[in-house]
Parts: sequence; structure tokens; C-alpha cells
Amino acid sequence: MKLKNVLIGAVSAIALAGAAQAAGQITVVSWGGAYSKSQVEAYHKPFIAKTGVQIISEDYNGGLAEVKAQVEAGNVTWDIVDVELSDAVRGCDEGLLEPIDKSILTAAPDGTPAEDDFIEGTLTECAVATIVWSTIYAYDKSKLPSGPTTMADFFDLAKFPGKRGLRKTPKANLEFALIADGVPASEVYDVLSTDEGVDRAFAKLDQIKSEVVWWEAGAQPPQLLADGEVVMTTAYNGRVFNAVAAENKPFEIVWDGQVWDLDLWVIPKGAPNKDLALDFLAFSTETEQLAAQASWISYGPARKSSAPLVGSYATKPDLDMGPQMPTAPENFKNALQNDFEFWADNQDELNERFNAWLAQ
Amino acid sequence: MAETTTETTKNAPLLAADGTPLRRKLEQALFVSRMRALGLVAPLLAFILAVFIIPIVYFMIQGMHNPVYADRMPNSTPILQAWDGQSPVTEEMAEAMVKDLILTRDNREIGRVATRVNQEFSGARSMFTSSARKAERMEPPFLEALVDADKDWGKQEVWRAIKVAATSWTPAYYLAALDFQYAGDGSITRQDAERRIHVALFVRTMEISLIVTISCFVLGYPVAWLLAELPVRKANLLMILVLLPFWTSILVRTTAWIAMLQGQGVMNDLMVFTGLNQVILQISMLFNDYKDLTVSSLCGIDVNAALGSIPAAVEKFGASPPGTLTRCGAEILAAFEQGGESGARSHAEALAASAQRWGYGDERFSMIYNKLGTIIAMTHILLPFMILPLYSVMKTVPPSYLRAAKSMGATNWTAFWRVYFPQTIPGIGAGALLVFILAIGYYITPALVGGQDGQMISNFIDFHMRRSLNWSLAAALGGVLLIIVLFFYWLYDRIVGIDNMKLG
Amino acid sequence: MRATSQGMDMTADKAADAFVEFERVQKSYDGETLVVKDLNLNIGRGEFLTMLGPSGSGKTTCLMMLAGFETATHGDIRLDGKAINNIPPHKRGIGMVFQNYALFPHMTVAENLAFPLEVRKLSKADIETKVGRALDMVQMKAFGGRRPAQLSGGQQQRIALARALVFEPELVLMDEPLGALDKQLREHMQYEIKHLHERLGVTVVYVTHDQSEALTMSDRIAVFNDGVIQQLAGPATLYEKPENAFVAQFIGENNKLRGRVENIEGSHAVIALDNGPKVKALAVNCGGIGKPTLLSIRPERVILGPEAGETALKGRVVELIYLGDHIRCRMEVAGDDEFIVKVPNNHAHAVLQVGEETPIGWVVDDCRALDAA
Repeated sequence: MKLKNVLIGAVSAIALAGAAQAAGQITVVSWGGAYSKSQVEAYHKPFIAKTGVQIISEDYNGGLAEVKAQVEAGNVTWDIVDVELSDAVRGCDEGLLEPIDKSILTAAPDGTPAEDDFIEGTLTECAVATIVWSTIYAYDKSKLPSGPTTMADFFDLAKFPGKRGLRKTPKANLEFALIADGVPASEVYDVLSTDEGVDRAFAKLDQIKSEVVWWEAGAQPPQLLADGEVVMTTAYNGRVFNAVAAENKPFEIVWDGQVWDLDLWVIPKGAPNKDLALDFLAFSTETEQLAAQASWISYGPARKSSAPLVGSYATKPDLDMGPQMPTAPENFKNALQNDFEFWADNQDELNERFNAWLAQ
Repeated sequence: MAETTTETTKNAPLLAADGTPLRRKLEQALFVSRMRALGLVAPLLAFILAVFIIPIVYFMIQGMHNPVYADRMPNSTPILQAWDGQSPVTEEMAEAMVKDLILTRDNREIGRVATRVNQEFSGARSMFTSSARKAERMEPPFLEALVDADKDWGKQEVWRAIKVAATSWTPAYYLAALDFQYAGDGSITRQDAERRIHVALFVRTMEISLIVTISCFVLGYPVAWLLAELPVRKANLLMILVLLPFWTSILVRTTAWIAMLQGQGVMNDLMVFTGLNQVILQISMLFNDYKDLTVSSLCGIDVNAALGSIPAAVEKFGASPPGTLTRCGAEILAAFEQGGESGARSHAEALAASAQRWGYGDERFSMIYNKLGTIIAMTHILLPFMILPLYSVMKTVPPSYLRAAKSMGATNWTAFWRVYFPQTIPGIGAGALLVFILAIGYYITPALVGGQDGQMISNFIDFHMRRSLNWSLAAALGGVLLIIVLFFYWLYDRIVGIDNMKLG
Repeated sequence: MRATSQGMDMTADKAADAFVEFERVQKSYDGETLVVKDLNLNIGRGEFLTMLGPSGSGKTTCLMMLAGFETATHGDIRLDGKAINNIPPHKRGIGMVFQNYALFPHMTVAENLAFPLEVRKLSKADIETKVGRALDMVQMKAFGGRRPAQLSGGQQQRIALARALVFEPELVLMDEPLGALDKQLREHMQYEIKHLHERLGVTVVYVTHDQSEALTMSDRIAVFNDGVIQQLAGPATLYEKPENAFVAQFIGENNKLRGRVENIEGSHAVIALDNGPKVKALAVNCGGIGKPTLLSIRPERVILGPEAGETALKGRVVELIYLGDHIRCRMEVAGDDEFIVKVPNNHAHAVLQVGEETPIGWVVDDCRALDAA
């Protein structure tokens, strides 16, 4: 009798799973933490409500390694993945990603076609951008009341003694070093393309090397600041904003010399539910959804038409999100877009050099 | 007659009772039992083969074999391989290259080829992708057309780099893992000094593993001895304490060490509270050893006293203050050299101000995010692997040996050193080998607490697996690591003898 | 039984020249019970003294206190007149042979023997001669280069012995050294140890629970039970004149008959058996009139048939076992069917039959009235 019950249970379980399959189900992969939460609130929930499709939300740590492994093994389980621009382009070039037909994207509410509505450079062959994020540096206002204001201050140990937090990668750090050394944002990659420029950047980093605490995961910098381990640290602007808005930390962002980048949706080649994934992609990049996400985290929407719709922080009606965006005019004055071409070409060599420099 | 008998036994072998030759009969009987034994271990054998042997072989091969280019660029590959790397680039090579660029662009495989070549020559990636976009419209002479698209095509070294990429079976990755560069003309040169990293990392990995092994031994031996000597009830309790870390996630344990050791952590708070930090500072000043105990804000508070001591210091040391001076002292002295009395004063005041902000006497030590932190956390995590084999060996040493030694006139120390210790060597060997080999491949702890000088080679393997996607280099690094581990295993076998190892 | 009826304790006077003295020694491990209770014992120089007793009787504890591995809870232990309570074991200069030999497995036989000499910092040449001599002594000259694991049990035993003697201690302690050997080898080694002792003249304190071993080798035997020495005497005395029921039972085979003291006449007593007639016995340890007592008669001292004489009782044969040199006869006597008689297998004795009744008797002094324990 028992066995029979088990069998019946198993059969009905299979039947249920089949039913779910019929309604549809996609696996959405993103970076976790506050960022995933903002996507769940702004994209997933309305999409589920509208279509009844189930969404399995998975976290990962960035990079193309898993996508590459899945595609090469012919066993793709992810349907849609949130990646950085350099990975989106590279994955596309390497044939790891599906090309995306931009005609599926919804036009802006005022009728502007999607291709014109998206900020320039945010649509690529295989990817559609959702947000603009940036790497900035932040400090603890309670410890440094007359805080730093420029990128040069970050490298000035005499003026602001104490430990610094930096991400353990050459990306952004070399750019920061050159900006701090007086290179205008528009010339940074030109200078960095020369050997002298690279030497100059490392020389600038040498000035603070002994005081650096290196971080790797995005959640670390706010923690380092909160623990008093560092007086200032580079960080992703959304993470710092969340520590301020949700945890009332006395952190302050310095926007000078920010390096901004995009996060984009991509679909791995051979994704099991490609059509549903495209539906989700089109839905989530609608003007409304992108604007809604900006009330959960301080990353700028990739569509121009979303900017006016950005309201206040979801749980604090008096906290206006507009000035928190990397793209806000006063924050954007000395901003630099991460040059993925430069990094795609030079990352092997610069990584080696950076690691050798670290180990010295 | 005797001779005939030997003849027959030579020619006609012994027969079993049923008339078959005895030898064959025996083989038949053994065959059945062998097959049965094989049947029993077959699942394990298949498992090991499938998840251990085959992947290792595959990955060792991947460190030498990368057919990304050769598979996708059929026209240029044979021509490049035939090229000697010295003679000028020919139109034939350029034409084949253009054909291949068109082909791979149509297959959407240009990115993989470009990435592969970029590993050999930085910047080749954009050169390939942009040229591929224009390739359709190129017309002879192709070499000029290519140079028009990107001037780097005119460089001999670029073509040499492409030749390296076009060679599927290449020592380039293994050489790179040892900080050598393999050029297209077959020459092997050392990597540029500022890009040499792997040898130093292997050395550091050995060093950390060795220190961790020794620390585990020094800390674990007495504990194992206690475990073996205590009455069963107490020993069991202690054993639970020893094993407790095993039952905790390695991530949790490592994070706990961060909370313990960080600048505002428990250990530093305790040291500041007890004033121990000052004592350590004084001692470390004596020995001039700041390497791992860098102090974040170690500064004189009394500006006048600091300035007052300058003339004497200048007289004594000149412009090159010795390390025995505090860092602040050295800084003030340097400021004095540069800007005279007023420069020294302003610098001393700035230092004093920052010291005040951080609190006087609140000097804290960096014990985490560096090599020291890695060693502490790894020692803690690997300690049970030393204690358990030691314990199981010690348990088998009867107490009567020590008594016998003492009855013969040996002091406690002699009895321990000459009688007890030698008998625990198999346990030490097993524990040390276990800890060392585990440590050499350790990954998560150095990744979390290693900072800049506590990283180990496996962190770089991970980096190439997940970040740079250079799996061939990761495989080569792993291959070198495997060879090193096997070397130590061999060394151990030569010195101690693997038969002498006792795990329990 | 190897004990001969010499009847005389030839070594009792050696105790006067005490080399080892236990004075009022007590030992407790847990603070609640005493393992050794008020031990007083003098061991003479050159004497072979055996501590004999069942396990848990305190004999090994005494040995370990003497060796220095246990401390006495109370009392003094003196060696050659000096109190050694606070001297650590390695300074006592006492040789010791352990139950499982405790030969160091990582050293060769020669290295094992050299160990006590090396820790005494003797010169290399001295060590070599002494090790050679010690190996000679136990006829193991050829085995110096072997490891203990390559030797047989008997060979290991000899090496252990040589190692305990090689540094010429005046006192050697042996803790059941033959326990791990088979019977034949054990008997052989008993003689060897005894001869070594005679030749070297060292003082030996030997612990065993095997009474035949004790009787074979010892000058004197201290019988331990319950933390107390029950009797201290030479082998013959111990066997023939046990002073209490425990010793009578523990040493050799013994017949016991329960009864009550009815009358005491000088050194003899009249005992009324629980289940039968009155008998006369030597009053050794039987308390006053009316007290319960236990009569002890050795099986070989029982006389059967017409020669049984004055104290004759009736016995009925229950079982006969043929043992070659004698016949073991189990009888029912005075309601007790565990009464054993050893009948020598010679022509002087009549052939007994199971079920047959026969008078049994003994010389009065062979029947000892002891405590009723």
C-alpha cells in the first residue's frame, strides 16, 4: 500500500511539474543582494502577474565562465543573464550568446522607437542594457567631516591618512589613478594605451599601495567602511546608496572621476526557454519597468524616457532618487565610460602586470 | 629412470585430477576469483576513472593543446605553420588571413579566434574583430589592405604571435606558467620583469604551505598527545572540540577569523584594551620588523618632543634614517630634510592631528588581508588533519615504553625524544603530508583573507578559470601544481618512506 | 606441584638485612578506597621476592610505587636505607622488565640494550662490551642487529631481561614478564631467570598471578589479596603451612571442610564438621571455641583405606580420573562432594571403584583449622 501511495505521489508530482512547464518557466540569473531585489520588485513580480510564467531567480558572481561552460557542454540551464558590457560584447563575439532582434523592444510611451529611446551605446548585437551603474568612491562622513571631494584626494595620504579600499582588479583602478594624476577623463584611455601611461597609473597606485585593503565582492566595501577598516573605499554606487538609504550609514559618495558601465540582459546560446526569455527581456526593458527599478536601487535607467518617471525611494517617500543616479547632471560632470574595447584588448597583459605589481 | 622422470615433468606439465594441466587449472580458478574481485571494485573504478582520471588527463592536455585557432582558420593555419617566423610576411599569408577572417565572421567565431590571439599579443583582439568587419570589402594586394585596416598587421611580431596561436600543440601555456614567453620563431625568453608572477606565486604557495604545516605540527602535537593520554571521557570531549571546526562551514570559519583579526576586530580591541599593542610595538621597533605588523597610524603625539629629537637624529643618521625609527619619526625627519624646521613642524602637526583623530595609543595591527591572516586562518582550518593521524598513532604507543625508558635512567625529555617521538613519526609524516598537500591547493581562505600578499597559486587558477577565461593557462598552472605535489610525494617517499605513513 | 616438602624456610632471615623497605605504605587512586592497605615489607639484598595474588590485589601497584611510576599516598619506601618517595623513576637505578617487554620497536636489539648505557653517558667502547656481555648472558649474541619485531616471544623476553640487567642495577623489578609466553617456554624461562638471579646476585622483585611460577622461582613469596599481604614466607612454608583460608585456597589444590570449634587442646583443636563427625586438627587460625572454621587438607596428604587411622571418616568415590602418575579421586566426604584425593599410581594402593565407600584419614598436623572466610 505504501509503495502504491509513493508511486501515486510521484506521478502527480510529475504531472504538476508538467503543468508548470506548460505555463512556462524561465531562469533569470543576476548578481544577488539589493540589486537582484530591485529586479524582482520591478521586473519579475509584474511579469509573473501578467503572464503567469514562473521565474527561477539565481545568483552568480559575474563573468562568462558559467555561460561558457554551459554552452560548450551543450547543457544550457540559464535563460537570461545580467552581464557587464565587456562580457556582453565578448560573449557575442565568441558565439556564446544569442543575437537579439531589437524590433521586439517596446517603443517609449510617447511613441519614440526603442532604438532611439535607449541611451547611445546601450544596445549591442546580443544585449539590451537595463541600467547605468558606476564605480565611485565613498567615505564615512562621521570620521572625515571635512571630507574629500576629488579623485586626487583619494590618493592623498598626507591630507587624509588611513586605509583605502580598492577592488582587486586593474579595471577602474588604473583609470582612477590617471584621473587623480591630472589626466582629463576624455584622455584617460589614450594615455592608458601607451606603456608610459600604464607606468604612470601604477606609479600613482604605488603611493597608496601600503594602505590598501583589497575587496572583491560588491558587498564588501560598505562593510569595510562600516567596520572602520578603511576611511574611504571605491564601491559600486548602488551598494553605497543602499547602505545609506536602508541602513542609515553616514556614508558619502564622491562622484568626481566616476567610471560608469552598463548592465545588460543577454541570452545564452541554446537557452532552453528562449522565447519566454525574449518576452521577459522586452517586458523588463519597457520605460515603466526601468523607471520602477530606479526606485529600488540608485542605478540609472538605460532609457531616456524612464528618467522623468524616476520617483522616490520605495520605502522612503521623501528620498528623491533623481540626484542619486550616476547620470544626474551634477554627478556626471567628470565621468568616464568604461571602455570595454580597451579592456578586451589589454586585460590579459594588464591583469598580469597588476597581479605581479600586487605580489611585489 | 630418474632422468626420464625429469624429462616427463619438463615436457608434460603436471596434471590436475581431471587431466587438465595444473597450471591452466590454477589460472582458471584464479581468473574466476579475480573477476569477482574486479566486479566488486568496478563501480569505484569506473567512478574514479570518470570523475578523476579522465578530467585530470583532459585538463593536462588542455594546458598543451589549444585548437581554437587551427580549427577555425583553415586557410592561414598551414601557411603560418610552414612560415619560419623570420622571413617577411608574404601576400599569400595575407590572402589566407583575409579568407579566414571572412569565414569566421560569417560563422560568428571571430571573437574566439581574436581572444586566442590576444592572449599572445595584447591588442590583437580589436585588430581581428575590426579587420574582420572590413574583410569582405578587401581587395588585393591583401597585405596592404590589412595594414590599411589596422597598422599592427604590418608588424612581424604580430604575425609571430598569430603563428603561436595557430599551433594547436604548444608549450606556450606551460612556459607561461613558469614565466617564460614562447615566440613564433620558437625562441623562449623570460617574461618581462614587471609581468613575472607565477614563479613567485609558486614559491609563495610553498612557503605558506610549509609555514602552515609547521604551525599545525607545533600546535597539534601537544593536543594529540593530550587526546591520547587523557581518560576516555575527557578525551572524547576534547575530540569534539577538535572536530567542531570540521562541522562548521569553511566560509563561516574564515569569516569568523576576519571578525577576530581585523583592525577593529576582537584581537586588536583586546590588545588596545590591555595595552599589549604598545608592548608589541616597542618590541617590533627593536627588531625593525614591520613587514606583517604594519601600523596604520603610529605617530608621535608630542610635536615639540618630536622636533626636539630631530637634531640628534640628523646628526646620528643623516638623511637615511634606519628602520628602528618609527615610521612617523622617519617621515618627520624626511620633512625636515626637505623643508627645514617649518616643514618638519607642519608635518609633525599633521601627523599628530591624524593620530588624535584615531586616538592615541590606539595603534592597531594588520593581521588579516595579508600573508599573516592567511597563515592563521589556514592553520586553524587544517589543524584537525594534523591532529587526527597523530592521535591515532599516539594511541598505539603503549605507556610502558616511556616507563621502560625512565626505568633505564632516561629523563622525561630523553624518554620523550628518543623513545616516544620516533614512534610518532609515521603520524607526523601522514599529518604533515596531508596538511601540506591540502594547503598547497588551498583556495577559499586565501581568497577571502589573503589581501595582496597572501594569495596563492590556486587563486590564480581560479582567476584564469572564471575571470580571464584562459582555461589553457589555468590548466598549465594546475599541471605545474600537480607536478609539484607529486614531486613532494616522491620526496616524502624517498626520505620517510610512504609505507611509514599511518593514517589510523 | 613442584614444591617439595622441605618444610624449612631457609631464607626467612634475609629480611633482617633489608634492602627494600615498605613502611606503612598506603595507596588510593580515588580518595575513597585503598588499593594498598598499610603495607609493611622488608626485602633482603640479593633476595628473589615474588608478589603473588589475583588481579586487583594491589601487587602491581606496589611494584609501580617501588619503580616510581606511582606515588604512595602514605608511608615510606626505602631503598638501601634511603627514602625514595620523592626520587623520580629515572634516578632510582632500578631495572625493570615489563609484561609486554616494552622493547623499543624503532631500535635494534643492540640499540635497545645500549639505551640505558647511553643515557648514563658511558663511552662507546664500554657500551659495546657491556652490550656484548649482556647478549652473551642471554645467549642472543647473534641477534644484536635485528629489530624486536623480528624476534620470537621468547627471544624478546630474553632481550628485555638483558636490557633490564645491562646497566647492572642492584634491584630488578619484573611485572608478569612471562605472561605472554606459552606454557613450555614459560617454564623454561622460569629456570633461566632463576639461574641468572643466582649467578648475578641481584635483588629481584617479581610480580605474578601464577602460583606455580612463584613457587618455582622465589626465595620468599608475599601473597596479596585485597591490598594486604596475607602471608609472607618461603614456597614450602606457604604451601604446607598456609596461615589463612585465602592462602590455602590460592596456593596449590586444597580440600576444605567447614565446621565449628568445639574444643581446643594445646596446639590442637576438636572441630565438629557441619555435616558429620568430629575431627582433630592443628589449630592455626581458628579463633575460640564455638567459632566457625575451615579445615584445610592437601589432596596428596589424604590417606585412604585401612591405614586411615584414628581420624577416619567415611568417603564415597564419586569420580575417578586417570592421570598417569596418580589417580585423581573425587569423593563425597561429610556431605561435600568436592573432596579430592590424589592416589599415587603404585602397587601399594588398592584399585578404587566409583560408588565404593572407603575410610579416609590424615595425619592430624596435616589438617589445619583456619579462618572461616
